[in-house]
Amino acid sequence: MKALEYRTAAWARGGLLAMRNTPDVALGDRVAVLDHLGKRRSGQVIRTSGELVLIQVLEGTDNLDLERTWVRFLDQPFELTLAPEMMGRVFNGVGQPRDGRPPIVSRLSRNVNGASINPAARAYPREFIQTGISTIDGMNTLVRGQKLPIFSGSGLPHNRLAAQIVRQARLLHREATTDVAATNQEFALVFAAMGVSHSDARYFEESFEQSGVLGQVVTFINLADDPPIERLILPRVALTCAEYLAFDLDKHVLVVMTDMTYYAEALREIATAKGDVPSRKGFPGYLYSDLAEIYERAGRIRGKEGSITLIPVVSMPSDDITHPVPDLTGYITEGQIVLSRELAAAGIQPPVAVLPSLSRLMKDGIGEGMTREDHARVASQLFASYAKAQEVRSLAAIIGAEELSEEDNRYLQFAQAFETRFVGQGETEDRSIFDTLDLAWEVLSLLPREVLTRLSEKDLDARYRPAVSTQ
Amino acid sequence: MSNAGTILDIQGPIVTARLPAARTGEQVKLGALGLMGEVIARDEDCAVVQVYENTEGLRPGEPAVAMGQPLSVELGPGLLGGIFDGLQRPLEAMLALTGERIERGLMIPALARDKRWAFAPAENLHIGEQIKGGAILGSVPENPSMAHRILIPPGISGELIDLVQAGDYTVDDVIARVRDAQGQIHKLRLASYWPVRKPRPFQGRDHAIQPLITGQRIMDTFFPLLKGGKGAIPGPFGAGKTVLQQQIARWSDAHIVIYVGCGERGNELTDVLDSFPKLTDPRSGRPLMERTLLVANTSNMPVVAREVSVYVGMTIAEYFRDQGLDVVMVADSTSRWAEALREVAGRLGQMPVEEGYPAYLGSTLAAFYERAGRVETLNGDHGSVTLIGAVSPPGGDFSEPVTSHTKDIIQTFWALSKDLADARHYPAVDWLESFSLFVDTAARWWHENVDEDWLLLRNRALRLLTEAEELNRIVNLVGVEALSGQQRWTLESAKLIREGLLQQSALEPKDSFCSPQKQFMLLKLMLDIHARGADMLTLGMPVRELLRLPLLAEARRWKITFSSDEMKSLEQEAVKIVPVFDALRAEYASPSASKDQAEDEFRAQISMGTGTP
Ligand SMILES: Nc1ncnc2c1ncn2[C@@H]1O[C@H](COP(=O)(O)OP(=O)(O)OP(=O)(O)O)[C@@H](O)[C@H]1O
Ligand SMILES: [Mg+2]
Repeated sequence: MKALEYRTAAWARGGLLAMRNTPDVALGDRVAVLDHLGKRRSGQVIRTSGELVLIQVLEGTDNLDLERTWVRFLDQPFELTLAPEMMGRVFNGVGQPRDGRPPIVSRLSRNVNGASINPAARAYPREFIQTGISTIDGMNTLVRGQKLPIFSGSGLPHNRLAAQIVRQARLLHREATTDVAATNQEFALVFAAMGVSHSDARYFEESFEQSGVLGQVVTFINLADDPPIERLILPRVALTCAEYLAFDLDKHVLVVMTDMTYYAEALREIATAKGDVPSRKGFPGYLYSDLAEIYERAGRIRGKEGSITLIPVVSMPSDDITHPVPDLTGYITEGQIVLSRELAAAGIQPPVAVLPSLSRLMKDGIGEGMTREDHARVASQLFASYAKAQEVRSLAAIIGAEELSEEDNRYLQFAQAFETRFVGQGETEDRSIFDTLDLAWEVLSLLPREVLTRLSEKDLDARYRPAVSTQ
Repeated sequence: MSNAGTILDIQGPIVTARLPAARTGEQVKLGALGLMGEVIARDEDCAVVQVYENTEGLRPGEPAVAMGQPLSVELGPGLLGGIFDGLQRPLEAMLALTGERIERGLMIPALARDKRWAFAPAENLHIGEQIKGGAILGSVPENPSMAHRILIPPGISGELIDLVQAGDYTVDDVIARVRDAQGQIHKLRLASYWPVRKPRPFQGRDHAIQPLITGQRIMDTFFPLLKGGKGAIPGPFGAGKTVLQQQIARWSDAHIVIYVGCGERGNELTDVLDSFPKLTDPRSGRPLMERTLLVANTSNMPVVAREVSVYVGMTIAEYFRDQGLDVVMVADSTSRWAEALREVAGRLGQMPVEEGYPAYLGSTLAAFYERAGRVETLNGDHGSVTLIGAVSPPGGDFSEPVTSHTKDIIQTFWALSKDLADARHYPAVDWLESFSLFVDTAARWWHENVDEDWLLLRNRALRLLTEAEELNRIVNLVGVEALSGQQRWTLESAKLIREGLLQQSALEPKDSFCSPQKQFMLLKLMLDIHARGADMLTLGMPVRELLRLPLLAEARRWKITFSSDEMKSLEQEAVKIVPVFDALRAEYASPSASKDQAEDEFRAQISMGTGTP
């Protein structure tokens, strides 16, 4: 079939354009829509039959004059042109330059939907990434190839946390090497921004610049005032680029995606226009599979050098972790870092709520030879003791702190120290995992030895150091 | 040709094609890529096809061909140790053929064609004898753990006209021929086929009699499941469904484990593929992978194949059951399967009833779970399929349709709680929400094989935990000081049971698997400490003193200090309970210790609401 232009639009609403009497168009094909002002929009075929073709228009369908709208079927799937020169560049949601520089020229282009990785081809992620943040390294360890989202709320410093991770992340065994160039060469960052404000976008850019990584960043950006439907394709475009960097160019790629909630809202918009059966909160039933198609592109592949580590930011509307977007994200990703409004209000940065946070890949990335032998038990003890301390706190709120037993009072002191010293570290402090673990022992030593049952006697003998007087 | 037609409409995974002769359930091959699908509805001369693969690039006008048969699995030697996708394509072979990404339109048979298997015919068979479906033709030592029996497929019967000698054969070689009553000759091979949506037949259902020993205390000791039973593990994300299912796959005393990863993470299957070959079955000492088979439709693989994957797993499970084996199938997660149903129903414009699910959700789930069970096989043997489904309720809300329908169907319910998981109490099985309908049957096994007192002690421990829950409510209102000494001791004992018995980390080398003997021993010891402590209180020992006993911290570590093979050492260690309490008894057994006790009783009255301070 040759690319042909048609002017047979039947209707348009909510980002969808329906065409009649078109040739046999393939599902997923790319189309160019030319409106009556001569402006070009791009779209994708999402349903096709001899009678009717449904197009999702990425720039939206506002102000389309159906009589004077031309549609050109390009007879090719949605692809992204790929080349090493993408590093350091800024693109929009479909991969067109946004930085005023010329488009990428290359023979290589790939379908942005990717193809599923054969599970038998995956390599299990187990290389510890030191982020320098105690709550992550010590208790919710990140490994190369993991997908670990940040669950946040409006006004919480998720962007600062993401930027701090980008600045500080490194492999432990590389600490000793001074060969910065070599380390830099294998590192790349893909930054995918959907629906973020201009100021947030600028914050990230400045932060990359300060940490000297700007040349290794590929940015895909769709700002808050850009057409929302473009957000549906943006993460796929960004991940196609990430896959190229990781599995063709052998780089260790960190992908930061913000904000997935805006992505899901765009999906809901189109689903509603299509008349899809809604499940929770108006989101379509396939939101889970759709998010999984994105998140599951992270990982490692056997026999390949590179990796894709994915940190999506998900804001929880009304701080509700059961909202479909964080909820389904949690069902797909390998853990989550949850931010807390209370800790943020108390001035603790980064305000990580450790109890609902989790890293599922931690177990294989820590311990002897990777971090430290006692790491798993220390983390487990911190979780258990802090959970207990929270119970004591709610009790104290009811009966008053004076009524608490001596042991309970020790728990309160522990919780206080844990939050201000262990969780709180500010945006500039970069702690080694050993500092983090030592700090953990310091705060745990505020508790009586008998309650530290998740640690071994050997650990306790070696590292338990109660302060001379706690009274 | 009447079985060829054209594609009319493509909408996500649903394709409508003009195919006048195709029947519902029949396989259809679509387009230039040759994508496979199955007919799910008919509309005049059109067939509505759900496609197992991504339909991108398909166009109207391309050909559609009906293949004449429903989706079937291939059954025979070479299944074990493998990983297959939702359509039973061997993923390792696909990796070798097309690389790390799954290519569309590729059909590779499940079993290797060129491998030769040492087949030994059954000795009691004679040429000329009448045989029927289910009869054993012979066996193949598939691996050192497994003598794979080759059965006459159900539905075939007649006169055995020949049977090969012992020797090496491929799955395609004819090993026997049967002439049926109509004179038709059936060639039998090591491989056979069975349609996935049709349960394999058996002679009759049997009572389940034996608990499935999983090595997990919260399951075996508290909420047992029988071999042939149906269980569910519902829980919010991160609560531990997958870990628990992997623990079952690792340690349970089944002959065969079918692990179906249905719409979940790719890395979780990699984890199993990496770790199982290195782990050994605690009973046979053989690598676990020899009895394991994985079916993987990960969350990024096409939705329709996800719906099929559970049926593929179940049909393979039934095939091994028919060989007289106890099979465990774990499905992670049945919610993803239900969502796939929902998606297809939605695209067909079927009326949604609850949260977008079609009206037939409940009956579809029930019919599927019904394929589990212990049966008398066609050849008079006994085999079972135990089915354990994970359920992933949105927002952790157990009242949602999939969880609530499942709860009505299953017999053992292991409810995972977010609060327990957040506090890193693993397995996060909530002992108040969970239930098992099998406790009495399981008790018979425990009484015969482990100890007469099992049921008594199990119930006592559960009662203690329930009492503690009540007391905790009081504590949260008025503080722990309002409790009597006995009540505080109950709280402490419940904590001891929680930490020393219920909590069981999958990562703890000595405790990941816990034998029934060790389970019972720990249960008994924890309750013994409770009883002796309670005695001391009546003798007037202040509860504060009792709570300070170093024994309490030590008892919590017994589970990780002594493995199931070190029962002798655990017993030796445990005898020290006696001198500890004897010494205390000597101290407090003087008759003047009643002041504390009176005070205790007074407090108890206040806290139970019988008096107001
Ligand atoms: N029995 C256990 N022992 C030790 N750790 C556990 C246990 N159960 C769960 N965990 C911890 O909890 C994490 C999450 O468990 P798991 O992956 O099984 O959750 P899930 O319920 O399957 O979640 P999802 O629905 O998102 O798949 C694990 O990675 C592990 O760290
Ligand atoms: Mg899981």
